[in-house]
Amino acid sequence: MSVDLPAHSKEITRLQELAYELKVEDAMTRNVLTVSPNATMAEVRELLRVNRISGMPVMENGRMVGIVTIEDLIKALAAGELQATVRERMHPRPVTLYADEPLVHAVARFSELKFGRFPVIDRQGKLVGIITQGDIVRAMLKRLEISYREEEIHRYRASHIFEDIIADEVALVFGYRVKARDFGHAGEASSGLKRTLGRLGIRPDIIRRVAVATYEAEINIVVYSVDGGEIVAEVRRDRIKIEAIDHGPGIPDIELAMQPGWSTAPDWVREMGFGAGMGLPNIKACADVMKLESTVGVGTHLTIIIYVPNSSYKLTSR
Amino acid sequence: MKLSEVLRIIEGKVISRNVDLEAEVTSGGGADLMSDVLAFAQDGMLLMTGLTNPQVVRTSEMAGTAAIVFVRGKIPPPETIALAEEKGIPLLASKFTMFETCGRLYVAGLPAHGLFDLTIQRWHEAFERRE
Repeated sequence: MSVDLPAHSKEITRLQELAYELKVEDAMTRNVLTVSPNATMAEVRELLRVNRISGMPVMENGRMVGIVTIEDLIKALAAGELQATVRERMHPRPVTLYADEPLVHAVARFSELKFGRFPVIDRQGKLVGIITQGDIVRAMLKRLEISYREEEIHRYRASHIFEDIIADEVALVFGYRVKARDFGHAGEASSGLKRTLGRLGIRPDIIRRVAVATYEAEINIVVYSVDGGEIVAEVRRDRIKIEAIDHGPGIPDIELAMQPGWSTAPDWVREMGFGAGMGLPNIKACADVMKLESTVGVGTHLTIIIYVPNSSYKLTSR
Repeated sequence: MKLSEVLRIIEGKVISRNVDLEAEVTSGGGADLMSDVLAFAQDGMLLMTGLTNPQVVRTSEMAGTAAIVFVRGKIPPPETIALAEEKGIPLLASKFTMFETCGRLYVAGLPAHGLFDLTIQRWHEAFERRE
Protein backbone atom coordinates (compact mmCIF):
# COMPACT_ATOMS: atom_id res chain seq x y z
CA MET A 1 0.00 0.00 0.00
CA SER A 2 1.08 3.53 -0.53
CA VAL A 3 2.09 5.77 2.31
CA ASP A 4 -0.72 7.99 3.49
CA LEU A 5 1.31 11.03 4.37
CA PRO A 6 0.93 13.02 1.14
CA ALA A 7 -2.83 12.59 1.16
CA HIS A 8 -3.00 13.68 4.76
CA SER A 9 -0.90 16.75 4.26
CA LYS A 10 -3.18 17.70 1.33
CA GLU A 11 -6.26 17.49 3.53
CA ILE A 12 -4.64 19.64 6.18
CA THR A 13 -3.66 22.16 3.56
CA ARG A 14 -7.27 22.42 2.43
CA LEU A 15 -8.40 22.92 6.03
CA GLN A 16 -5.77 25.60 6.49
CA GLU A 17 -6.99 27.33 3.35
CA LEU A 18 -10.52 27.22 4.71
CA ALA A 19 -9.38 28.76 7.98
CA TYR A 20 -8.13 31.73 5.96
CA GLU A 21 -11.08 31.87 3.54
CA LEU A 22 -13.80 31.76 6.18
CA LYS A 23 -14.40 34.67 8.54
CA VAL A 24 -15.35 34.50 12.20
CA GLU A 25 -18.87 35.64 11.24
CA ASP A 26 -19.24 32.64 8.88
CA ALA A 27 -18.83 30.24 11.81
CA MET A 28 -20.20 32.10 14.84
CA THR A 29 -23.61 31.64 16.43
CA ARG A 30 -25.64 34.80 15.82
CA ASN A 31 -28.39 34.32 18.36
CA VAL A 32 -26.49 35.15 21.52
CA LEU A 33 -28.10 34.48 24.85
CA THR A 34 -27.01 37.10 27.40
CA VAL A 35 -27.57 37.65 31.11
CA SER A 36 -27.81 40.70 33.35
CA PRO A 37 -25.10 41.27 35.98
CA ASN A 38 -27.88 41.45 38.57
CA ALA A 39 -29.05 37.87 37.91
CA THR A 40 -28.07 35.20 40.43
CA MET A 41 -25.83 32.20 39.73
CA ALA A 42 -28.92 30.00 40.30
CA GLU A 43 -30.54 31.76 37.35
CA VAL A 44 -27.34 31.24 35.32
CA ARG A 45 -27.55 27.51 36.09
CA GLU A 46 -31.09 27.37 34.69
CA LEU A 47 -30.17 29.37 31.56
CA LEU A 48 -27.15 27.14 30.80
CA ARG A 49 -29.13 23.95 31.47
CA VAL A 50 -32.24 24.85 29.48
CA ASN A 51 -30.31 26.18 26.48
CA ARG A 52 -27.54 23.54 26.67
CA ILE A 53 -24.76 26.10 26.45
CA SER A 54 -21.58 26.59 28.47
CA GLY A 55 -21.25 30.37 28.80
CA MET A 56 -22.94 33.74 28.23
CA PRO A 57 -21.85 37.36 27.75
CA VAL A 58 -23.06 39.67 30.53
CA MET A 59 -24.88 42.76 29.25
CA GLU A 60 -25.74 45.98 31.07
CA ASN A 61 -27.40 48.96 29.35
CA GLY A 62 -26.61 47.51 25.92
CA ARG A 63 -22.92 47.14 26.76
CA MET A 64 -20.99 43.91 27.30
CA VAL A 65 -19.48 44.08 30.78
CA GLY A 66 -18.23 40.52 31.20
CA ILE A 67 -18.70 36.81 30.53
CA VAL A 68 -19.96 34.08 32.84
CA THR A 69 -19.24 30.41 32.18
CA ILE A 70 -19.95 26.93 33.43
CA GLU A 71 -16.63 26.98 35.36
CA ASP A 72 -17.83 30.00 37.31
CA LEU A 73 -21.04 28.13 38.05
CA ILE A 74 -19.18 25.04 39.28
CA LYS A 75 -17.08 27.19 41.63
CA ALA A 76 -20.23 28.87 42.95
CA LEU A 77 -21.89 25.45 43.42
CA ALA A 78 -18.85 24.07 45.29
CA ALA A 79 -18.85 27.11 47.57
CA GLY A 80 -22.62 26.88 48.06
CA GLU A 81 -23.01 30.42 46.73
CA LEU A 82 -25.77 30.07 44.15
CA GLN A 83 -27.37 33.27 45.41
CA ALA A 84 -24.26 35.30 44.49
CA THR A 85 -24.86 37.75 41.63
CA VAL A 86 -23.35 37.37 38.18
CA ARG A 87 -21.53 40.68 38.75
CA GLU A 88 -19.57 39.11 41.62
CA ARG A 89 -18.71 35.93 39.72
CA MET A 90 -18.24 36.94 36.07
CA HIS A 91 -14.96 37.65 34.26
CA PRO A 92 -14.92 41.36 33.41
CA ARG A 93 -13.45 42.62 30.11
CA PRO A 94 -13.70 39.34 28.17
CA VAL A 95 -11.34 38.68 25.27
CA THR A 96 -13.29 39.20 22.02
CA LEU A 97 -12.89 38.52 18.32
CA TYR A 98 -13.95 40.74 15.42
CA ALA A 99 -16.64 39.36 13.09
CA ASP A 100 -14.59 40.16 9.97
CA GLU A 101 -11.37 38.51 11.16
CA PRO A 102 -10.27 35.34 9.34
CA LEU A 103 -11.25 32.20 11.20
CA VAL A 104 -7.57 31.30 11.59
CA HIS A 105 -7.27 34.11 14.20
CA ALA A 106 -9.99 32.43 16.24
CA VAL A 107 -8.19 29.07 15.96
CA ALA A 108 -5.00 30.73 17.24
CA ARG A 109 -6.83 32.41 20.16
CA PHE A 110 -8.45 29.13 21.25
CA SER A 111 -5.13 27.27 21.32
CA GLU A 112 -3.35 30.18 23.01
CA LEU A 113 -5.86 30.99 25.79
CA LYS A 114 -7.68 27.66 26.16
CA PHE A 115 -11.02 29.46 26.62
CA GLY A 116 -14.22 27.65 25.69
CA ARG A 117 -15.78 30.55 23.76
CA PHE A 118 -15.22 34.12 22.60
CA PRO A 119 -17.85 36.84 22.21
CA VAL A 120 -17.73 38.31 18.69
CA ILE A 121 -18.05 42.07 18.14
CA ASP A 122 -18.21 44.28 15.05
CA ARG A 123 -15.76 47.13 14.47
CA GLN A 124 -18.08 49.48 16.39
CA GLY A 125 -17.77 47.22 19.44
CA LYS A 126 -21.33 45.90 19.27
CA LEU A 127 -21.86 42.26 20.30
CA VAL A 128 -22.93 40.33 17.16
CA GLY A 129 -22.28 36.68 18.05
CA ILE A 130 -20.42 34.08 20.03
CA ILE A 131 -18.03 31.38 18.82
CA THR A 132 -16.91 28.02 20.22
CA GLN A 133 -14.45 25.47 18.82
CA GLY A 134 -17.47 23.34 17.90
CA ASP A 135 -18.78 26.22 15.73
CA ILE A 136 -15.45 26.34 13.88
CA VAL A 137 -15.40 22.60 13.21
CA ARG A 138 -19.01 22.67 12.00
CA ALA A 139 -18.40 25.62 9.63
CA MET A 140 -15.30 24.02 8.13
CA LEU A 141 -16.95 20.62 7.71
CA LYS A 142 -19.95 22.23 6.04
CA ARG A 143 -17.73 24.08 3.57
CA LEU A 144 -15.66 20.95 2.88
CA GLU A 145 -18.83 18.98 2.32
CA ILE A 146 -20.09 21.52 -0.20
CA SER A 147 -16.88 21.38 -2.25
CA TYR A 148 -16.56 17.61 -2.26
CA ARG A 149 -20.16 16.38 -2.12
CA GLU A 150 -20.71 15.86 -5.83
CA GLU A 151 -17.91 13.56 -6.87
CA GLU A 152 -16.95 12.22 -3.46
CA ILE A 153 -18.59 8.80 -3.56
CA HIS A 154 -17.26 7.97 -7.00
CA ARG A 155 -13.83 9.31 -6.25
CA TYR A 156 -13.38 7.02 -3.29
CA ARG A 157 -13.96 4.07 -5.57
CA ALA A 158 -11.82 5.05 -8.53
CA SER A 159 -9.16 7.38 -7.25
CA HIS A 160 -7.01 4.53 -5.93
CA ILE A 161 -6.57 3.04 -9.36
CA PHE A 162 -3.15 4.50 -10.07
CA GLU A 163 -1.83 3.20 -6.75
CA ASP A 164 -3.64 -0.13 -6.84
CA ILE A 165 -2.56 -1.26 -10.29
CA ILE A 166 0.94 -2.70 -10.21
CA ALA A 167 2.87 -1.74 -13.33
CA ASP A 168 5.72 0.51 -14.32
CA GLU A 169 3.37 2.50 -16.52
CA VAL A 170 -0.40 2.73 -16.31
CA ALA A 171 -2.53 4.35 -19.01
CA LEU A 172 -6.32 4.47 -19.10
CA VAL A 173 -7.86 5.11 -22.49
CA PHE A 174 -11.36 6.50 -22.98
CA GLY A 175 -12.90 6.81 -26.43
CA TYR A 176 -15.93 8.86 -27.52
CA ARG A 177 -17.66 9.05 -30.90
CA VAL A 178 -18.79 12.46 -32.15
CA LYS A 179 -21.49 12.92 -34.82
CA ALA A 180 -21.27 15.61 -37.48
CA ARG A 181 -23.76 18.52 -37.40
CA ASP A 182 -25.64 17.09 -34.39
CA PHE A 183 -25.66 20.15 -32.15
CA GLY A 184 -28.24 18.62 -29.83
CA HIS A 185 -25.67 16.13 -28.54
CA ALA A 186 -22.55 18.24 -28.99
CA GLY A 187 -20.63 18.26 -25.73
CA GLU A 188 -21.63 14.80 -24.53
CA ALA A 189 -18.16 13.40 -25.16
CA SER A 190 -16.53 16.22 -23.18
CA SER A 191 -19.14 15.91 -20.45
CA GLY A 192 -18.48 12.16 -20.17
CA LEU A 193 -14.72 12.69 -20.04
CA LYS A 194 -15.09 15.43 -17.43
CA ARG A 195 -17.12 13.18 -15.13
CA THR A 196 -14.73 10.27 -15.66
CA LEU A 197 -11.72 12.38 -14.70
CA GLY A 198 -13.62 13.54 -11.61
CA ARG A 199 -14.12 9.93 -10.59
CA LEU A 200 -10.40 9.32 -10.99
CA GLY A 201 -9.87 12.03 -8.39
CA ILE A 202 -7.95 14.38 -10.67
CA ARG A 203 -7.60 17.95 -9.45
CA PRO A 204 -10.52 20.22 -10.49
CA ASP A 205 -8.32 22.87 -12.15
CA ILE A 206 -6.72 20.19 -14.37
CA ILE A 207 -10.14 18.72 -15.20
CA ARG A 208 -11.41 22.16 -16.13
CA ARG A 209 -8.61 22.72 -18.66
CA VAL A 210 -9.15 19.27 -20.16
CA ALA A 211 -12.93 19.83 -20.35
CA VAL A 212 -12.69 23.24 -22.04
CA ALA A 213 -10.08 22.10 -24.59
CA THR A 214 -11.97 18.87 -25.36
CA TYR A 215 -15.27 20.69 -25.71
CA GLU A 216 -13.88 23.15 -28.26
CA ALA A 217 -12.32 20.22 -30.17
CA GLU A 218 -15.65 18.37 -30.05
CA ILE A 219 -17.53 21.41 -31.37
CA ASN A 220 -15.04 21.60 -34.26
CA ILE A 221 -15.76 17.97 -35.22
CA VAL A 222 -19.53 18.58 -35.01
CA VAL A 223 -19.31 21.72 -37.13
CA TYR A 224 -16.66 20.94 -39.74
CA SER A 225 -16.19 17.19 -40.16
CA VAL A 226 -17.74 15.35 -43.09
CA ASP A 227 -18.94 12.29 -41.18
CA GLY A 228 -18.06 12.89 -37.53
CA GLY A 229 -14.98 11.71 -35.73
CA GLU A 230 -13.68 10.50 -32.43
CA ILE A 231 -12.13 11.80 -29.26
CA VAL A 232 -9.64 9.59 -27.45
CA ALA A 233 -8.30 10.51 -24.03
CA GLU A 234 -5.27 8.71 -22.63
CA VAL A 235 -4.82 9.29 -18.92
CA ARG A 236 -1.45 8.55 -17.35
CA ARG A 237 -0.09 9.32 -13.91
CA ASP A 238 1.73 12.39 -15.14
CA ARG A 239 -0.29 13.65 -18.10
CA ILE A 240 -3.56 13.54 -20.00
CA LYS A 241 -3.45 13.33 -23.79
CA ILE A 242 -6.55 14.11 -25.83
CA GLU A 243 -6.74 13.33 -29.52
CA ALA A 244 -9.56 14.64 -31.68
CA ILE A 245 -9.61 12.90 -35.05
CA ASP A 246 -11.86 13.34 -38.08
CA HIS A 247 -11.69 12.17 -41.70
CA GLY A 248 -12.17 15.33 -43.63
CA PRO A 249 -12.45 17.82 -45.18
CA GLY A 250 -9.14 18.95 -43.61
CA ILE A 251 -7.77 22.46 -43.01
CA PRO A 252 -6.04 24.10 -46.03
CA ASP A 253 -4.02 26.65 -44.01
CA ILE A 254 -3.34 25.71 -40.38
CA GLU A 255 -1.51 28.94 -39.55
CA LEU A 256 -4.51 30.95 -40.70
CA ALA A 257 -6.90 28.68 -38.76
CA MET A 258 -4.92 29.29 -35.57
CA GLN A 259 -5.39 33.06 -35.80
CA PRO A 260 -7.90 34.36 -33.24
CA GLY A 261 -11.07 35.54 -35.00
CA TRP A 262 -10.47 33.65 -38.23
CA SER A 263 -13.42 31.40 -39.05
CA THR A 264 -15.25 29.70 -41.88
CA ALA A 265 -18.25 28.83 -39.70
CA PRO A 266 -21.69 29.04 -41.32
CA ASP A 267 -24.44 31.15 -39.74
CA TRP A 268 -26.17 28.26 -37.97
CA VAL A 269 -23.00 27.69 -35.96
CA ARG A 270 -22.70 31.35 -35.05
CA GLU A 271 -26.30 31.34 -33.87
CA MET A 272 -25.34 28.61 -31.41
CA GLY A 273 -22.70 30.87 -29.86
CA PHE A 274 -19.68 29.39 -31.60
CA GLY A 275 -17.83 29.88 -34.87
CA ALA A 276 -16.14 33.15 -33.99
CA GLY A 277 -12.67 31.78 -34.58
CA MET A 278 -11.85 31.35 -30.91
CA GLY A 279 -11.90 27.56 -30.62
CA LEU A 280 -8.29 26.75 -31.50
CA PRO A 281 -6.83 29.72 -29.55
CA ASN A 282 -8.90 28.60 -26.52
CA ILE A 283 -7.56 25.06 -26.84
CA LYS A 284 -4.02 26.40 -27.08
CA ALA A 285 -4.53 28.46 -23.91
CA CYS A 286 -5.66 25.36 -21.98
CA ALA A 287 -3.03 22.97 -23.31
CA ASP A 288 0.59 22.46 -22.28
CA VAL A 289 1.28 20.99 -25.73
CA MET A 290 -0.96 21.35 -28.78
CA LYS A 291 -0.31 19.78 -32.17
CA LEU A 292 -2.61 20.26 -35.17
CA GLU A 293 -2.06 18.14 -38.27
CA SER A 294 -4.40 18.28 -41.24
CA THR A 295 -4.46 17.19 -44.85
CA VAL A 296 -7.17 18.41 -47.19
CA GLY A 297 -9.30 15.48 -48.32
CA VAL A 298 -7.87 13.19 -45.63
CA GLY A 299 -8.72 14.67 -42.26
CA THR A 300 -7.59 16.50 -39.16
CA HIS A 301 -5.73 15.17 -36.13
CA LEU A 302 -5.55 17.44 -33.09
CA THR A 303 -3.39 16.40 -30.13
CA ILE A 304 -3.65 18.13 -26.77
CA ILE A 305 -1.41 17.32 -23.80
CA ILE A 306 -2.06 18.61 -20.29
CA TYR A 307 0.44 17.68 -17.58
CA VAL A 308 -0.78 16.45 -14.21
CA PRO A 309 1.36 17.80 -11.35
CA ASN A 310 2.65 15.27 -8.83
CA SER A 311 0.22 14.03 -6.20
CA SER A 312 -2.87 15.22 -8.07
CA TYR A 313 -4.35 11.75 -7.86
CA LYS A 314 -3.74 11.45 -4.15
CA LEU A 315 -6.00 14.30 -3.12
CA THR A 316 -8.68 12.10 -1.61
CA SER A 317 -7.00 8.72 -1.24
CA ARG A 318 -6.68 7.49 2.29
CA MET B 1 -23.24 36.48 -3.27
CA LYS B 2 -26.16 34.14 -2.68
CA LEU B 3 -28.59 33.36 -5.55
CA SER B 4 -31.40 34.79 -3.41
CA GLU B 5 -29.57 38.15 -3.38
CA VAL B 6 -28.95 37.92 -7.14
CA LEU B 7 -32.69 37.43 -7.67
CA ARG B 8 -33.56 40.43 -5.51
CA ILE B 9 -31.03 42.71 -7.25
CA ILE B 10 -32.08 41.82 -10.81
CA GLU B 11 -35.79 41.45 -9.85
CA GLY B 12 -35.50 38.03 -11.46
CA LYS B 13 -37.28 34.68 -11.51
CA VAL B 14 -36.10 31.10 -11.12
CA ILE B 15 -36.88 28.98 -14.21
CA SER B 16 -35.45 25.55 -13.35
CA ARG B 17 -36.50 23.14 -10.60
CA ASN B 18 -34.70 22.22 -7.36
CA VAL B 19 -32.67 25.42 -7.14
CA ASP B 20 -30.88 26.08 -3.84
CA LEU B 21 -31.19 29.84 -3.36
CA GLU B 22 -28.54 29.69 -0.63
CA ALA B 23 -25.94 28.62 -3.25
CA GLU B 24 -23.13 31.12 -3.70
CA VAL B 25 -21.77 32.73 -6.87
CA THR B 26 -18.31 34.24 -6.51
CA SER B 27 -18.09 36.39 -9.65
CA GLY B 28 -20.04 37.42 -12.74
CA GLY B 29 -19.53 37.61 -16.48
CA GLY B 30 -21.66 38.32 -19.54
CA ALA B 31 -21.29 36.94 -23.07
CA ASP B 32 -23.31 35.60 -25.97
CA LEU B 33 -20.25 33.98 -27.50
CA MET B 34 -19.68 30.62 -25.83
CA SER B 35 -16.00 30.49 -26.79
CA ASP B 36 -15.56 33.73 -24.84
CA VAL B 37 -17.25 32.12 -21.84
CA LEU B 38 -14.89 29.15 -22.13
CA ALA B 39 -11.96 31.53 -22.26
CA PHE B 40 -12.77 33.67 -19.22
CA ALA B 41 -15.14 31.74 -16.96
CA GLN B 42 -13.96 30.55 -13.56
CA ASP B 43 -15.48 28.07 -11.13
CA GLY B 44 -18.37 29.70 -9.28
CA MET B 45 -19.12 32.34 -11.93
CA LEU B 46 -22.62 33.64 -12.65
CA LEU B 47 -23.09 33.76 -16.44
CA MET B 48 -25.33 36.41 -18.01
CA THR B 49 -26.31 35.55 -21.59
CA GLY B 50 -28.91 36.21 -24.24
CA LEU B 51 -28.35 32.81 -25.84
CA THR B 52 -30.84 30.10 -24.83
CA ASN B 53 -29.82 26.87 -26.61
CA PRO B 54 -28.58 23.78 -24.68
CA GLN B 55 -24.95 24.57 -25.56
CA VAL B 56 -25.13 27.38 -22.99
CA VAL B 57 -25.60 24.71 -20.32
CA ARG B 58 -22.88 22.49 -21.83
CA THR B 59 -20.51 25.43 -21.90
CA SER B 60 -21.35 26.23 -18.29
CA GLU B 61 -20.74 22.63 -17.31
CA MET B 62 -17.28 22.63 -18.91
CA ALA B 63 -16.34 26.05 -17.61
CA GLY B 64 -17.58 25.45 -14.05
CA THR B 65 -20.21 28.20 -14.17
CA ALA B 66 -22.34 28.10 -11.00
CA ALA B 67 -25.60 29.50 -12.46
CA ILE B 68 -26.99 31.15 -15.61
CA VAL B 69 -29.12 34.31 -15.97
CA PHE B 70 -30.99 34.74 -19.27
CA VAL B 71 -31.30 38.46 -19.96
CA ARG B 72 -33.89 40.59 -21.81
CA GLY B 73 -36.74 38.34 -20.61
CA LYS B 74 -35.62 35.42 -22.77
CA ILE B 75 -36.92 32.02 -21.73
CA PRO B 76 -34.90 28.99 -22.84
CA PRO B 77 -36.52 26.03 -24.65
CA PRO B 78 -37.46 22.89 -22.63
CA GLU B 79 -34.36 20.95 -23.75
CA THR B 80 -32.10 23.64 -22.24
CA ILE B 81 -34.02 23.57 -18.95
CA ALA B 82 -33.96 19.76 -18.89
CA LEU B 83 -30.19 19.64 -19.42
CA ALA B 84 -29.62 22.28 -16.73
CA GLU B 85 -31.70 20.31 -14.23
CA GLU B 86 -29.76 17.16 -15.09
CA LYS B 87 -26.45 18.97 -14.55
CA GLY B 88 -27.65 20.83 -11.44
CA ILE B 89 -27.00 24.28 -12.90
CA PRO B 90 -29.64 26.81 -11.72
CA LEU B 91 -31.32 28.91 -14.43
CA LEU B 92 -32.62 32.42 -13.66
CA ALA B 93 -34.38 35.02 -15.82
CA SER B 94 -33.96 38.79 -15.90
CA LYS B 95 -36.22 41.24 -17.74
CA PHE B 96 -33.36 43.74 -17.98
CA THR B 97 -30.83 44.02 -20.80
CA MET B 98 -27.42 42.37 -20.56
CA PHE B 99 -25.89 45.76 -19.68
CA GLU B 100 -28.36 46.56 -16.92
CA THR B 101 -28.41 43.03 -15.46
CA CYS B 102 -24.62 42.98 -15.23
CA GLY B 103 -24.51 46.58 -14.04
CA ARG B 104 -26.93 46.02 -11.17
CA LEU B 105 -24.93 43.03 -9.91
CA TYR B 106 -21.57 44.75 -10.33
CA VAL B 107 -22.74 47.79 -8.38
CA ALA B 108 -24.09 45.46 -5.68
CA GLY B 109 -20.58 44.04 -5.26
CA LEU B 110 -20.46 40.93 -7.48
CA PRO B 111 -16.89 41.07 -8.85
CA ALA B 112 -15.63 40.45 -12.39
CA HIS B 113 -12.54 38.35 -13.09
CA GLY B 114 -10.28 41.12 -14.21
CA LEU B 115 -8.01 40.38 -17.14
CA PHE B 116 -7.22 36.90 -18.39
CA ASP B 117 -4.22 35.58 -20.31
CA LEU B 118 -5.68 35.43 -23.82
CA THR B 119 -6.87 39.03 -23.63
CA ILE B 120 -3.65 40.37 -22.21
CA GLN B 121 -1.67 38.65 -24.95
CA ARG B 122 -3.95 39.92 -27.73
CA TRP B 123 -4.00 43.43 -26.32
CA HIS B 124 -0.24 43.45 -26.14
CA GLU B 125 0.09 42.26 -29.73
CA ALA B 126 -2.42 44.80 -31.02
CA PHE B 127 -1.42 47.95 -29.13
CA GLU B 128 1.75 47.67 -27.14
CA ARG B 129 4.30 45.60 -28.99
CA ARG B 130 5.58 48.43 -31.21
CA GLU B 131 5.76 51.07 -28.51
